[in-house]
Amino acid sequence: MAPVISIRGLSKTYASGFRALADVDLDIRRSEILALLGPNGAGKTTLISIVCGIVTPTSGTVTVDGHDILRDYRAARAMIGLVPQELTTDAFETPRNALTFSRGLFGKPADPAHIEKVLRELSLWEKRDQRIMTLSGGMKRRLLIGKALAHEPRILFLDEPTAGVDVELRQDMWRLVRELRAGGVTIILTTHYIDEAEEMADRIGVINHGSLMLVEDKVELMRKLGRKQLTLQLQDRLAVVPPALARYPLELAKDGHELTYTYDAASSASGIPALLDDLDRAGIRIRDLQTSQSSLEEIFVSLVSERG
Amino acid sequence: MNLFAVRAIYRFEMARTGRTLLQSIVSPVISTVLYFVVFGAAIGSRIQEVGGIGYGSFIVPGLIMLSLLTQSVSNASFGIYFPRFTGTIYELLSAPVSYLEIVVSYVGAAATKSIVLGLIILATASLFVPLHIDHPLWMVAFLVLTAVTFSLLGFIIGIWADGFEKLQIVPLLIVTPLTFLGGSFYSIDMLPPFWQKVTLFNPVVYLVSGFRWSFYGLADVSVPVSLGMTLVFLLVFMAIVAWIFRTGYRLKT
Ligand SMILES: Nc1ncnc2c1ncn2[C@@H]1O[C@H](COP(=O)(O)OP(=O)(O)OP(=O)(O)O)[C@@H](O)[C@H]1O
Ligand SMILES: [Mg+2]
Repeated sequence: MAPVISIRGLSKTYASGFRALADVDLDIRRSEILALLGPNGAGKTTLISIVCGIVTPTSGTVTVDGHDILRDYRAARAMIGLVPQELTTDAFETPRNALTFSRGLFGKPADPAHIEKVLRELSLWEKRDQRIMTLSGGMKRRLLIGKALAHEPRILFLDEPTAGVDVELRQDMWRLVRELRAGGVTIILTTHYIDEAEEMADRIGVINHGSLMLVEDKVELMRKLGRKQLTLQLQDRLAVVPPALARYPLELAKDGHELTYTYDAASSASGIPALLDDLDRAGIRIRDLQTSQSSLEEIFVSLVSERG
Repeated sequence: MNLFAVRAIYRFEMARTGRTLLQSIVSPVISTVLYFVVFGAAIGSRIQEVGGIGYGSFIVPGLIMLSLLTQSVSNASFGIYFPRFTGTIYELLSAPVSYLEIVVSYVGAAATKSIVLGLIILATASLFVPLHIDHPLWMVAFLVLTAVTFSLLGFIIGIWADGFEKLQIVPLLIVTPLTFLGGSFYSIDMLPPFWQKVTLFNPVVYLVSGFRWSFYGLADVSVPVSLGMTLVFLLVFMAIVAWIFRTGYRLKT
């Protein structure tokens, strides 16, 4: 299936001369959840802002469902909803009016029933006629999501949607995101909570210093770059690793009561059976064992620091 | 044409007026009444008729112009500056709206406000002095044309400004003085010949003169010239707005 968003050779140099994006190529698949990860200042917001029409690209092209974002901006933008990183709202408006305004702005005829549905889904219906300045920070964040959903977009950008949102609300938000995706909406989100990306995303993109370092299926990424570790609890304390086991990447831990063996999750042969045989031959007896897999967070940190 | 968007922005802006009714409508009306008390009644009674028109009546078109110009500029400049200031402009920039639609809706709303205001002042004035309007259609035409033209100027200022002082400075330092010196409260031929010439460089003279002619048939400069000059301003401001949008000046990074 053709990608819903296609980004080619996208670069952005701000007026200050700062190069925030360097030659980014990215295809976003229809109704996937793509999480963009990257440290502060990596260029995530810049990338989103270009696709949404807020920042002008220095070079490169972006098409949204085949529509060029510059030449055919109307068709492209009508499909997109954006929840910005900053909490910017019209303090004197009410949630209901704000959503009605957004829907009109994106060229859709008024539909009070849809506005009500969105406000209810975001638990803002009770607050519908209150001034926005009387809402809490988390409510304002939800209001921005509501504004982005008011015109029934096919693509939703969420720039750090869960910053400053409590746990329960975060669960609600992810439920909503999953529902939207089930309805065919494509979702692109940025987050600094990597466990969130790990839980939610179908694919993960990592941006650092304006370059897209990788985009990969989440499961694939964890498999390829993840490390597995086998921990062996020993019957008797071991002072040093015997020379017969030198060819294995073994480390002693817990004052000689534990041996850890690190291996590549991607390779088909873990080497564990051979290791166990050799341990037996060396007379090392094992009380218990566990395996563990590195988290996305560890993968991310090593990616960003290695090549940063 | 994204008419839904034009309507949404227009309504949003009109709702803002509703919320700031006191500032938008009541205060200009009060200051107009004060002008009448001071110039019309207190001083005006000692000033002779101008071209056969009582001084109180004579200043009405000028007073309306004064409010029309300052309010058009300040309404339109605030309307576009505020979303830039708060950051809510992101939504406008990401919406499927053309620049023309943005200008039409913001300038349309600002012009509507100042036209309504002009009519309110006219109604207020009619309580104080006898009024007659020789050319009602031309009166409306000048009213609308001026409101639109100076709302465009306000829009430009709202985009150029990067702080609230700049937002105030143009109306305060340029529009108000030019209006006072533009024959709002006197006829140009009351001035010494040298100053008559200088005054002709003041664009507001043409607006006031044309507008006053539509009331009393009295004009300082010929009516086609007034109309032509107003249209020239309109075109100049439209050209600047077109340039702003073509370059994304101060709107996009
Ligand atoms: N208008 C601007 N002018 C100049 N530089 C800018 C501008 N906007 C952003 N930048 C710079 O571009 C870089 C990328 O910024 P961007 O906001 O895209 O980062 P980000 O990945 O969203 O970071 P964060 O996680 O902190 O939100 C930063 O170094 C930032 O300082
Ligand atoms: Mg950001």
